Amino acid sequence: MSLDDLYRRVIMDHYQKPRNRGRIEDGAVTVDLNNPTCGDKISVQMRIEDGKIEEAKFIGEGCSISLASASMMTEAVKGLSVEKALQLVDRFSEMVQGEEIDPEEFPLEDIEALQGVAKFPARIKCATLAWKALEQGAKESADQD
Amino acid sequence: MNRYAKDFPILKQEVNGNPLVYLDSSATSQKPFQVIEAVEQYYKENNSNVHRGVHTLGTRATDGYEGAREKIRRFINAGSVKEIIYTRGTTTALNIVAACYARARLQEGDEILISPSEHHSNLIPWQQAARATGAELKYFTLEPDGTLDLDKAKAMINERTKLVSVAQVSNVLGTIFPVKELAEMVHRYNGVLVVDGAQSVPHMKVDVQELDCDFLAFSGHKMAGPTGIGVLYGKESLLDEMEPFEYGGEMIDTVDLYESTWKELPWKFEGGTPNIAGAVGLGAAIDYLETVGMDEVDAHDRHLAAYALEKMGEVEGVTIYGPSTNRTGLITFNVDGVHPHDVATVLDAEGIAIRAGHHCCQPLMRWLDVSATARASFYLYNDEADIDRLVQGLQKTKEYFGNVLG
Repeated sequence: MSLDDLYRRVIMDHYQKPRNRGRIEDGAVTVDLNNPTCGDKISVQMRIEDGKIEEAKFIGEGCSISLASASMMTEAVKGLSVEKALQLVDRFSEMVQGEEIDPEEFPLEDIEALQGVAKFPARIKCATLAWKALEQGAKESADQD
Repeated sequence: MNRYAKDFPILKQEVNGNPLVYLDSSATSQKPFQVIEAVEQYYKENNSNVHRGVHTLGTRATDGYEGAREKIRRFINAGSVKEIIYTRGTTTALNIVAACYARARLQEGDEILISPSEHHSNLIPWQQAARATGAELKYFTLEPDGTLDLDKAKAMINERTKLVSVAQVSNVLGTIFPVKELAEMVHRYNGVLVVDGAQSVPHMKVDVQELDCDFLAFSGHKMAGPTGIGVLYGKESLLDEMEPFEYGGEMIDTVDLYESTWKELPWKFEGGTPNIAGAVGLGAAIDYLETVGMDEVDAHDRHLAAYALEKMGEVEGVTIYGPSTNRTGLITFNVDGVHPHDVATVLDAEGIAIRAGHHCCQPLMRWLDVSATARASFYLYNDEADIDRLVQGLQKTKEYFGNVLG
């Protein structure tokens, strides 16, 4: 178990300089989630138009893994259809539990750095919190259509 | 390794390539082989149901179960074994008082008084009891270091105060609450004092007659005993008037088609086949702690807390919460710029187990104005070398995050 497997440079970069941190002014779906076992909080917003995620933002407090993962998530889902984004949530969840992701299906880019979480089972929930919020929001919006 | 550590087989292992340093005893303590063997022996030789068999194993199981009850009575100096109710743990014990005492007796105009530093287990049952009865839930005001000022406490207790419930030792701040003085104040107005002893009974001599508390709740697993067994102590006169908590086998006297009567105390509160092995294990844990001596355990834990306060206080960028003196063996802290989860992960890589999170104390976290903290907690098997390892680990944490954050 090497700490460098978990705390990869790109993760610390997202932690220090989070992308898409803030609020969407209007027309957004908002999902607030807590991790009740540790006190992490996240609020994810997404603007969905014609079944496509045009924009995603987040605010929250938490550890490096949960905040970096939130930052990466907002970049990764931008421009994806709701359907595709939900598939990515599933793939991501599998990835942090140690499964390989087919790069043909999804170009993972920065998210790949979170693969190391699989070696730290206690931190999987940190990595998936923002993604669960996205999933909930995307499903809600799909149900409304 | 100190002289008691050798009794705890789990400590003789490496975690992530380093000798394990276990600093999470406030969450759950480790178990000495004496306890592990008592549970094993019970299942290998004596396992049977209690209070019903005529056969020999049934007698042995009952003797083990009731014998442990007597050990518990002696350990906390209760007047009678009728006052010792086995529960699943502290949480269930507090819920029994909330359900069977508070809900039955409180009404609008009454007040329940607790502290904002309470564990969720000693907070939510009262929130719910207040809702159900119309009584008002009020909170003591704490000093900036988390201690309770007795004069201010006194001013909050009056004839409306029907129930006060506090932890004798805070699981986050390590503060020791003046329970004996509170009991006196509450009794002046005929209220009752409930004591959450989850963090005190394992670490210091607790004498219910000396404290004159009305109820005391504690857990076996935090005092070197098994999980799933705990105790509710209650004054006999109060328990006598309370309705049972659970109905079923084991707790009945006679059962008719339309009505039933209950066994006498303490069995009235023990519906269903109990955790017999847990009780036997708890009895063995008490034997173990008494061999060491509770004064010795107390002095040892306080010494480690003082040593840790000094050594951790020397690490730049470490914030320690709670009072600077008179505290038990736990230190809650944060490292500047590093989330407690990340602190815990770096320490875990060093083989050091600490807790990170809100410690089931969300209102207290808001009071401290933090979202989470790290906590190192000590027990008789820890020593100064463990704390030195922790301090080294904290230095490493700072270095590591200094590097990866560039």
